[in-house]
Amino acid sequence: MVIFYVLLVFMLIAAIIAVETDDLLSSVICVGAVGVGGSIMFLFLRAPDIAITQIVVEVLGLIILIRATIARDLTFISGDREFFGLVVSIVIMLVIFLAGVRVLGNLPPFGTPVFSQVPDAASRTYIAEGLQKTGAANIVAAIILDYRGYDTLGEATVLFTSIIGATVMLRSKCRKSLEDRNG
Amino acid sequence: MKGMTIIVKTISSWVKLLIFLFGIYIVLFGHLTPGGGFAGGVIIASSYVLLMLAFGREFVEKNLSLTASSRLDCVGALMFVAIALVGMFYGAASFFWNFIHQQYLADRATEFKLVSAGIIPLCNIAIGLKVGASLFLVIFALSVFCNDFRCKGSARELM
Repeated sequence: MVIFYVLLVFMLIAAIIAVETDDLLSSVICVGAVGVGGSIMFLFLRAPDIAITQIVVEVLGLIILIRATIARDLTFISGDREFFGLVVSIVIMLVIFLAGVRVLGNLPPFGTPVFSQVPDAASRTYIAEGLQKTGAANIVAAIILDYRGYDTLGEATVLFTSIIGATVMLRSKCRKSLEDRNG
Repeated sequence: MKGMTIIVKTISSWVKLLIFLFGIYIVLFGHLTPGGGFAGGVIIASSYVLLMLAFGREFVEKNLSLTASSRLDCVGALMFVAIALVGMFYGAASFFWNFIHQQYLADRATEFKLVSAGIIPLCNIAIGLKVGASLFLVIFALSVFCNDFRCKGSARELM
């Protein structure tokens, strides 16, 4: 349990630095540090699938994407925050915190899964029959690609659609014609 | 000079193959070990992004052109849907029916072997292709866009 508190303090410090620093690159790296802390936490919670996805997406995706697109001349952010935006975000954080306190009070103690309280949960079927029905040793793969194949199809469709939109909008031909029309 | 210094170029030219192989391993063993199509695809894309950072965009475009990567993206999506549809028309089953496992592998104790789990490895390969190619496309498009903003005119004819 101690390791979780250590990681939590690490993630909090990294998040505060990410918000408070002026340099964009160090801010992005601090967000990546938060992601690394989260993925190590998932590893200690025995969820290696989530840990791999978290570290790959958060660290590689975020940092490399920012580094690749912003390139060399990184901007320094200056100026104060907007008052209205600050108030709204504090209110939203307060609401989520209060709701979280209510929800977390109902959870079973740490280490026991939630579905142990529900007698006919779907997870019981997955764990009991997953290996024999699908033949996949990795139960996560068996669920996301066999039992929940529709979810994965929807996720792939979302990705596909967003890529189509991005490439169409960022194509130089499209931008050139827009510039010509605007003069 | 395009790209970074000679140290970064040398090390990334050694490391890129390891990252690429690790991505392929994550995709192919997704039904046995943690990982799967999504994580492996992102790792494969990140190996190309590493090359893009170290050597500049033109070098990567020579290796994997935009049309090739968008074709790979479409091939991945089509393969995923085709696997699902084959399960629908094969026998009297439903969409995403694991037909290979149910028909051929179910009575043969193939657990914990590489050839097991029916359509799940094939779906993993399809998703890995799709995610890798599309993330590469996103980063490529954003990089072109951003360069275009900075120095108007010089980078436009690349895309």
